[in-house]
Amino acid sequence: MEQLFFYIFAITAVVAAILVVSMRNAIHSAFFLIVCLLQVAAIFVLLRSPFLAAVQVFIYVGAVMVLFLFAVLVLDVGKEAFREHMHSQSVPSLVMVAALLVIMGFMMFSGKLTVPPGAYNEAALAKNTEVIGRAVYTKFVFPFEVVSLLLLIALIGAVVLVMRERGKGADRNKPEDI
Amino acid sequence: MPFTYLPVLVMIGLATAMAIGALFMSFIFRPRNPYREKLSPWECGMEPVGEANRGHFRVHFFIIAILFIVFDVETLFLFPWATILTEKGLSMFVFVEMIIFIAVLALGLIYAWVKGALEWV
Repeated sequence: MEQLFFYIFAITAVVAAILVVSMRNAIHSAFFLIVCLLQVAAIFVLLRSPFLAAVQVFIYVGAVMVLFLFAVLVLDVGKEAFREHMHSQSVPSLVMVAALLVIMGFMMFSGKLTVPPGAYNEAALAKNTEVIGRAVYTKFVFPFEVVSLLLLIALIGAVVLVMRERGKGADRNKPEDI
Repeated sequence: MPFTYLPVLVMIGLATAMAIGALFMSFIFRPRNPYREKLSPWECGMEPVGEANRGHFRVHFFIIAILFIVFDVETLFLFPWATILTEKGLSMFVFVEMIIFIAVLALGLIYAWVKGALEWV
């Protein structure tokens, strides 16, 4: 039963990933990338890692896709770029995909992809969100608080950049606005 | 354990089915009569210039995007926090820690607010 769901998610993910690179409109590519990443999140749930699934949805589907769409809209990709969407990269990319497939297959069949669980046994790893929480909020308190400072710096940087841009444009666009 | 997530899958499936169904039903029932004036974007009777999907993107959206990302990451950190909040002895420390985290981020929100970055003029 679980295997059936895995195959559904995996096949949808692969089909969506192929559509990402074959779509001519960059916005459509971004949409199919969202579909693909959501399938990966579902596979994380099947692997009993609900926190990783939440990270996948929040960071990749949420934050990274927002930045992707922002870059697409701001860079203003013209019709010409949509026409020649593959640029002559198809042969090198196919070679790279084949090489990746061979390496991953070799790693999988030689059993080099598995990692020993370390200090945790199976029962402790069933509650892996608690394990992560206990590690982050006790042992790594200081890095955790530094993350908030990093986010604050990003936010202030964005505000400063955009407000300066707007201060230049304000008197030109709206003379009645003081 | 993954079967506790079955309602989530059912909900996503229903939402997807409704969205596709609405588009499909309107595709069946709508009248089909396209002509050039109807397909052109409305520009006060002017001849349309250029494409509708390019340019004129306000840089102001960047602040909204960054604000979204900042509070998105903050929400993500709340999940492991909530799972260990019930533990005796640890809960008060962890709670204060998260309050500091949120307060630092709230500082950024207040900064953006005071600077007038949230005003949509």
